[in-house]
Amino acid sequence: MINAEMFLVNDLTKILKIAMRDGYGEGLTEAGRRNEKVVVLVADLMESTRTDLFKAEFPERFFEMGISEQNMMGVAAGMAACGKVPFVNSFACFNPGRNWEQLRLSVCLSGNNVKVVGGHAGFGNGTDGGNQQMFEDIALARVLPHLTVVVPADYEQAKKMALAMADFSGPVYMRMTKPKRAVVTTMGTPLTIGKAQILRSGKEATVFACGAMVYEALLAAEELAGEIDVEVINVHTIKPLDKETILGSARKTKRVVTAEEHSIIGGLGGAIAELLSEEYPAPMKRVGMGDKFGETGEPDELLVKYGMTKEAIIGKIRELL
Amino acid sequence: MLPVSMDDLAEKANLLRTEVVKMLVNAGTGHSAGPLGSADFWTMLFFGGLINYKADEPWWEERDRVVLSAGHYCPILYAVLAEAGFFPKSELMTLRQLGSRLQGHPVARKLPGIETSSGPLGQGISQAVGMALAARTDGKRWRVVCFMGDGEQDEGQVWEAYLCAAKYALLNLTVVIDRNNIQIDGHTENVMPLDSLAAKLTAFNFNVLEVDGHNLGEIKEAYERAKVFFEKPTAIILRTIPGKGVDFMENEPGWHGKVPSPAEEILALAELKKND
Repeated sequence: MINAEMFLVNDLTKILKIAMRDGYGEGLTEAGRRNEKVVVLVADLMESTRTDLFKAEFPERFFEMGISEQNMMGVAAGMAACGKVPFVNSFACFNPGRNWEQLRLSVCLSGNNVKVVGGHAGFGNGTDGGNQQMFEDIALARVLPHLTVVVPADYEQAKKMALAMADFSGPVYMRMTKPKRAVVTTMGTPLTIGKAQILRSGKEATVFACGAMVYEALLAAEELAGEIDVEVINVHTIKPLDKETILGSARKTKRVVTAEEHSIIGGLGGAIAELLSEEYPAPMKRVGMGDKFGETGEPDELLVKYGMTKEAIIGKIRELL
Repeated sequence: MLPVSMDDLAEKANLLRTEVVKMLVNAGTGHSAGPLGSADFWTMLFFGGLINYKADEPWWEERDRVVLSAGHYCPILYAVLAEAGFFPKSELMTLRQLGSRLQGHPVARKLPGIETSSGPLGQGISQAVGMALAARTDGKRWRVVCFMGDGEQDEGQVWEAYLCAAKYALLNLTVVIDRNNIQIDGHTENVMPLDSLAAKLTAFNFNVLEVDGHNLGEIKEAYERAKVFFEKPTAIILRTIPGKGVDFMENEPGWHGKVPSPAEEILALAELKKND
């Protein structure tokens, strides 16, 4: 049953599709209005990362760093050391892909309050090919001490997340995908970094999902309604994991599926497998990218080919019965 | 700060070299050549009136930011900070020991006076650029000085940072490069040729000054000139002798990343005493 306290959209079949990055751009600009310490750095992808909205309103707090992601991360760290709240922006494959070591030393080891935003993750860059389809960023980020890792589920949540990140003390990595995706949360949906959201309660299986896979998980649960009672939890914060909520659900349903547009190694599925194997071993299946690279194609075609769909989730749930 | 004579400063530099040798021998591992070679610069920077700081208020908002990009030079920075009163000198001998604030390579704000974490090369310069940009954005008068090695210039990030510093014409940033011509695998011109470094930096739109890194007067003059240069960031190339002050270490790449044995320590300290 859909959790009324989450104030999701009324009808999952009549859904609006908006890109997460649009929400991020709007949220970031609002964060700039609320806090004059917020500054924005971008590596030659202003329009793609929707940071042009911020620039239009706060040109003096916007820094174009050129195609220099390593330097961008370091500059942000230096600014944070002087009290600024920098958001560094590029595609996830460069940020934190290219500048991971700068994230590690200049930001995380130093405890600098930098917000890292990786766009076009997963198949976001579909037709551009496997070279920049990032399926490894959550794993790269999750392993770094001091770093909080978040994945908004949709446009509305990306907007809220930008504001939450600006208020949050400490470094954060946020990843988003590019295409227009279903908006399932609403202005009324709460968001607290670190607190997973039970979007739909069920008794026989739990799908832990993040990003755009949250919508697919909800569709899967609806389709199975009457046959299998599926709980859907939006794990928008991969680190730190909301252990209480996750373990509570696993203890209740005893069947676990994870769903993410990321490698099944080291991402949400990896994180939950680590938690459950120590605290409450339960039968589990992971939906996500296998141990491989992507290829050229439209994102929706690729999601089907590589098995990150409602149907894939349903298949994994059935395997657990 | 009271005026200090050049003789006093030279004596202080020698004392700091002695401290560095003792610290390194006690630690058993670390880097000798760079810290000894740059001791004159560090002494001038902190005790020659070049920068503003308050040792008893290390995070004073208006302080000049001293960024050590080449983290392996930290023994000399630790010795200078202790000499300036940022923390007790007795702590120097804990270098590289479990639980010490004097980490093998510096960790930001773990020790008074340490602005950034370093070790992996090329990262300090970007942070220095970020600090200079923050100061500019806030209309602050404090300056940033970033100390780098010459081998460090091999890192691509360094040149990204230079492009950025020039783009924003960060005249509140001074980059100091220790041109001692050695790195771990040998002479810089064999490992990865860097010359002409001055021409490269000029082409990257820096105001470039080259000085004898053991001439305190030249160091002072260059830094004062950098402060009043109002068009571009300044790079000061310090021509130094690695291992300066200890004859058997001077100009020997082998001393980049090792420390004296107890027997060598006796020789080194005797030589430094002779210089007094």
